[in-house]
Amino acid sequence: MPYLVRRLGFYLAALAVAITINFFLPRLLPGDPAATILGTSAGKLTQDDLQRVRDALGLSDAPLIEQYGTYLVRLTQGDFGVSYTYFPAPVTRVISNGLIWTLLLGGISLIFSFILGNLIGVIGSWRRGGVVDTVFPPLLIFIGSFPAFFLALGLLYAFGVQLDWLPISHAYDTKLSQGFNLTFIGSVAQHMVLPAGTSILLGMGGWALGMRNVMVSVLAEDYVTMAEAKGLKQLRIMFRYAARNALLPGVTGLGVAIGSILSGQILIETVFSYPGLGFLLIYAVNGRDYPLMQGLFMMITIGILAANFMVDILYTWLDPRVRAA
Amino acid sequence: MSTATTIPTSQRNSASWLSRLGPIGTLLSSTKARIGLTIVMVFVLAAIFAQWVAPGDPKKFVGAINKPPSAEYILGTNPQGKDVFRQLVWGGRLSLIIGFGSAFLMTTIAVVVGMIAGYYRGWIDDVLNFIMNLFLVIPALPLLVLLSAYLKPGTATIVFALAITGWAFNGRIVRAQTMSLREKDFVAAAVVSGEPGLKIIFVHILPNMVNIIVGGFIGAVIYGIMASTGLAFLGLASTQDVTWGTNLFWAQNGGALMIGAWWAFLPSGLAVALVAFGLALTNYGMDEITNPRLQAESMLRRVAGDLFARSVRATPVVPRTHEPTA
Repeated sequence: MPYLVRRLGFYLAALAVAITINFFLPRLLPGDPAATILGTSAGKLTQDDLQRVRDALGLSDAPLIEQYGTYLVRLTQGDFGVSYTYFPAPVTRVISNGLIWTLLLGGISLIFSFILGNLIGVIGSWRRGGVVDTVFPPLLIFIGSFPAFFLALGLLYAFGVQLDWLPISHAYDTKLSQGFNLTFIGSVAQHMVLPAGTSILLGMGGWALGMRNVMVSVLAEDYVTMAEAKGLKQLRIMFRYAARNALLPGVTGLGVAIGSILSGQILIETVFSYPGLGFLLIYAVNGRDYPLMQGLFMMITIGILAANFMVDILYTWLDPRVRAA
Repeated sequence: MSTATTIPTSQRNSASWLSRLGPIGTLLSSTKARIGLTIVMVFVLAAIFAQWVAPGDPKKFVGAINKPPSAEYILGTNPQGKDVFRQLVWGGRLSLIIGFGSAFLMTTIAVVVGMIAGYYRGWIDDVLNFIMNLFLVIPALPLLVLLSAYLKPGTATIVFALAITGWAFNGRIVRAQTMSLREKDFVAAAVVSGEPGLKIIFVHILPNMVNIIVGGFIGAVIYGIMASTGLAFLGLASTQDVTWGTNLFWAQNGGALMIGAWWAFLPSGLAVALVAFGLALTNYGMDEITNPRLQAESMLRRVAGDLFARSVRATPVVPRTHEPTA
């Protein structure tokens, strides 16, 4: 499939650019990057400290191109160095712990907001001017206008602190040992309600409005009128005929949505101390843990590129025209 | 609106009065846009006239910490003993400057890159389109976090970082619109009369996509305000500045929520939400005016009444009777 091959080529190029950004960013700082980095935080710094930061970032006196080569070799070996804040754990292990939680939280948020949002869009466009159509869109736009962290704090305050219904931090009860049993899974689910709820509330509006606007056009198509004239069941026309075609632009948006869900998730994870990649990223930045920071940016980028590629595959499956092109 | 034959007289009068204001008048003919712009203007005016609305230094320690709203301090004091109302009004000034400033930069880059890519096609388009797609897939907030970890925090840094990470979305929309406009006769006429490409792009094509550019600008302001507030909340902006984001950062840092001092939190967060909501409403209102199908829908409802409009599945397209500005 040449289409998918082209997309794959693009993502590889994007990955190369992300790697290059990661490599050059610390080197673009004026003067000695290590001193600049430490200088913003530290009072007294020894030659030792400087050297350690230089090592961590792969900075040396060698020519830039040679440093870049060393950097690439280290990357292909999966060597992101050792985290400062989680010393002596290697960055890769810290990241893989966080990755599970981010995927779990992000995946569940995405699935629920996609389904709920599109459902509201379909029903709203079907009964235009009805309750669903007049109440939800403005409400969802308003909720979507809140910064992710603010909504997260609001839910945390209401349901976690005031009502005390749900746990307000971490991904599971730390008193439990991790394992595949009902108590542990229940604890994980309980801890997920608030962070995932925030993400779903924020994400739903975009899907609902997008779906509604596409449905408005699709419902005007002749084949929908034809289906009505044939006397097909309303639900069948609604979902099998109209919504199915109206879903396509939404699937294209899925790739971008994954990026924005993840951005919101950084803030949400931070508010709920949810141990995913976003929480780790902020933790690394505050702790000036440069190896971890760089590794996380790399990992998040790879994740988003992979997700986008999966969306492309999904798209070729849903829309035969792409395959033919 | 010249298609107003069936609209009641009172509405027709207001419509013709508004149409005299040009494109802004057209925008104001939408209720959504009117409400949205009103909300935004309240905050903009409060920010401009901050020294009269909330006189005094917002960074000044005014008294006891975490005092609830009272006659003395309208919105109470925060965990650092600062006047919340002053912080709200003055914070709006910098937050709005960052939002509008970064949006201006983002839109400029998007228009220049998008139009050049869409007009010239060929290898120029290949290269520019690749760059745009690249910025779309590289995650914005993580890159912002990374940038602010390396760069010195400050207003200029934030505006710059936001512009770098946020322009591509509009760039792609502008490119698509340019590609369709360049097929029009007026462009062919300009090409035949030997006008240079850049002049055709910015003098002939640009005025025809003002709607899209303004819509993109509004979206960019929302992005700028939201993202800068998020960064400030994470402590990645200069914590010495007073913005809505840093207000929330200090409130969180002082544990305001945990001791129930909601007044330290609510104002700044609500301000961000209201401004973003107002801007989004304006954009939806503009969509209704420029999208013929949505326009037809509201007209159908006005003319035929709610009941009828509800039972009609398909929406007719009203032909645009007013000429696009050339």
